[in-house]
Amino acid sequence: MNQLHLQDPALIEKYLKGDETALETLINRHSQRIYSFVFSKVFDKDVAEDIFQDTFIKVINTLKRGSYNEEGKFLPWVMRIAHNLVIDHFRKNNRMPKFEGNDDFNIFSLIGDSSLNAEKQLIKDQVECDLRKLIEELPDDQREVLIMRMYKDMSFKEISEITGVSINTALGRMRYAIINLRKIINKHNIVLTN
Amino acid sequence: MAKLYTEYSSEMKDLQPKKESVEFLLNYSKALKIIKYKELKFQTLLN
Repeated sequence: MNQLHLQDPALIEKYLKGDETALETLINRHSQRIYSFVFSKVFDKDVAEDIFQDTFIKVINTLKRGSYNEEGKFLPWVMRIAHNLVIDHFRKNNRMPKFEGNDDFNIFSLIGDSSLNAEKQLIKDQVECDLRKLIEELPDDQREVLIMRMYKDMSFKEISEITGVSINTALGRMRYAIINLRKIINKHNIVLTN
Repeated sequence: MAKLYTEYSSEMKDLQPKKESVEFLLNYSKALKIIKYKELKFQTLLN
């Protein structure tokens, strides 16, 4: 049935009796005015869209709960809801200002996500795995010192106490361990960079 | 008479919400049921 000729109160009555198409007529009748009103305040189509939806969600909730009692004043009532939501939007934005970057300056170039992405994490794991294999190739005494220093984070004093050699010897073994690792890497043209 | 240099934005003339927004509202309305129990009103979304 064509409901376009019906006044707002009649449409609301139909809607309250369960006729969902009456709501469609109401929304279509007033959507342009309400949306333009919201847009004229916020100047952002997405925000206006959100506020428009929130407005009608409130309208629907109030109507379905049977709390609506402003007969004959449907549009001003909806406009008031929209107006309050616009105020809420600006209040929220004042409490938590939104910063939007532009082409010249982007905040994300300053505060980046320091964690590695999946690809870089894979490469890092591979590099570490390859390095462990190369360390296995070192002579026992050098490998022992290198693992204690680099993986167990021990001081050379602690290493010298555990291995029973002087600090200088431990330092020397560490130095040769690194020299030998470099030799193996150069010899086999291994790339160990992320 | 003072001349108005500001132009009326063509964007402002035809401002309509997206079709999807209206669709959403209609579906929301269809899904929303209010259950009354004594003095209480419960809201349920049957989606």
